[in-house]
Amino acid sequence: MTTSAAASGRWRLRQPSVIPGFGLTLGFSLAYLTLIILIPLAGLVWRSASLSGEEFLAILSDERTIKALEVSFGTAFVAALINVVFGVLVAWVIVRYEFPGRRIVDAIVDLPFALPTAVAGIALAALYAPNGWVGQLLNLVGIKAAFNPTGIVIALVFIGLPFVVRTVQPIMEEIDREVEEAAATLGANRFQTIRRVLLPGLAPAILTGFALAFARGVGEYGSVIFIAGNIPYVSEIAPLLIVIRLEEFNYGAATAIATIMLCLSFAMLLVINLIQTWNRRRYGHGA
Amino acid sequence: MARKTLRSPTTEAPLARYALMAAAFLFLALFLILPLVAVFIEAFRKGPGEFFASLGDPDTLAAIRLTLLVAVIAVPLNLVFGVAAAWAIAKFEFKGKAFLTTLIDLPFSVSPVISGLVYVLLFGAGSVLGPWLKSHGIEILFAVPGIVLATVFVTFPFVARELIPLMQEQGTGDEEAALSLGASGWQTFWYVTLPNIKWGLLYGVLLCNARAMGEFGAVSVVSGHIRGLTNTMPLHVEILYNEYNFVAAFAVASLLAALALVTLVVKTALELHYGAEIAAGRKH
Repeated sequence: MTTSAAASGRWRLRQPSVIPGFGLTLGFSLAYLTLIILIPLAGLVWRSASLSGEEFLAILSDERTIKALEVSFGTAFVAALINVVFGVLVAWVIVRYEFPGRRIVDAIVDLPFALPTAVAGIALAALYAPNGWVGQLLNLVGIKAAFNPTGIVIALVFIGLPFVVRTVQPIMEEIDREVEEAAATLGANRFQTIRRVLLPGLAPAILTGFALAFARGVGEYGSVIFIAGNIPYVSEIAPLLIVIRLEEFNYGAATAIATIMLCLSFAMLLVINLIQTWNRRRYGHGA
Repeated sequence: MARKTLRSPTTEAPLARYALMAAAFLFLALFLILPLVAVFIEAFRKGPGEFFASLGDPDTLAAIRLTLLVAVIAVPLNLVFGVAAAWAIAKFEFKGKAFLTTLIDLPFSVSPVISGLVYVLLFGAGSVLGPWLKSHGIEILFAVPGIVLATVFVTFPFVARELIPLMQEQGTGDEEAALSLGASGWQTFWYVTLPNIKWGLLYGVLLCNARAMGEFGAVSVVSGHIRGLTNTMPLHVEILYNEYNFVAAFAVASLLAALALVTLVVKTALELHYGAEIAAGRKH
């Protein structure tokens, strides 16, 4: 008699359901999440909070730290831009064109998700080093593609490609051909249709793909360190500097650099979520 | 294709089409195919004899065993978590659900090096737990437990994020029917839910396993790089490479690359045959 009144009047954690196991599964999930993820991350924040403000600033204003962060964010940005161009191109070719081996090409795009980063790292280094297959050719035209920031960009292009393709591809598949036909009948040429009709619809997905590739690139370690040359102030990435500081038992510096990277990554995550919410509201589906 | 002469208004001119395809293929060849091919060519540079000899090295065998051991522990842990989390999130409506889902994805946005660092800060010499662990003779850092923890951290979301959207899509109708017919909670899970999600589950486990065996950054920070003891396969690749032992480095790398290829083939086969049952699989 009072159940409906109680349900509407009182705050409750969950809506009633006949399905059992809520307490068990949620309890286990929360406990596991807390032990594996939350406590360790809280430890990082706590450790970083125990540094004094001056210590923190001193580490972050250190020339080598600043350069490493610049290298990480700069190369990740350039690589994400390259991935936007070629990722959209690859997605377009897979979605729109019929050719033999299309499924294989589609499957191979996921290679960077499946291939361990260290394997990718040594393979790219062997390929793009001055004596490697591709490196030799690039040397002829005066491009040095390994052991400098260019090498880092190459590794991050490899790592980031599937993020762009896999965010853009499903949206491309959903495009209604009639829209393009309408544009064509209204006198738009193909280039105008792509630029003014198709690209605006894809823009949120492209932006999300860019952000995902960028965020991944900033934190990437395994594939980069073999091809980067790791020259301090020039081609040393921030994650490597964390490792170096740890090996020196300079936990304070490692923590400070990690904290600033985490803050920047979470800001990125927030931006991605905002884009997706905005996108859903505008087009009725997520990227 | 009888209308070949009439070009559809919704595609590009043939010349533009070929140019775009050529550009895409050249890009994929340079950045994806050639690196993969290079791994196998470098591994067999000095012939199959040298290849198998470097794989038979005791330190290499120890690295392979450790990698398998870590995956055997880490993957089932995250499998159980993934199923439990997906059950709670997909079958019930409760406050804070969206927040919980976001938290599960957290490890994806953390640099692998930081994933390792958090455990160094938690269990290392300078931490609260460090001295206590030392006095009790418990080794976590620079030992197998640390490597397992770091691997569990980085592979944490894989199973859960495959299952959550899938189970949300399937709803609760099947389970309610089973329960109303008198099945117990466990029976409902085993005979109704599990058959519904098995392919999605396999898909998530596959991706989780690939990452668990291949993880480098996080494991590198907590392992201590002790040859034959705390070196996983990816770490062993690095050591051999830095010793200019390229054939051995690429030989071990080729095993990992073969694992990646198998993963891709099974993944593609699952998507082809059970696309609907792993509906969320295409999103990353």
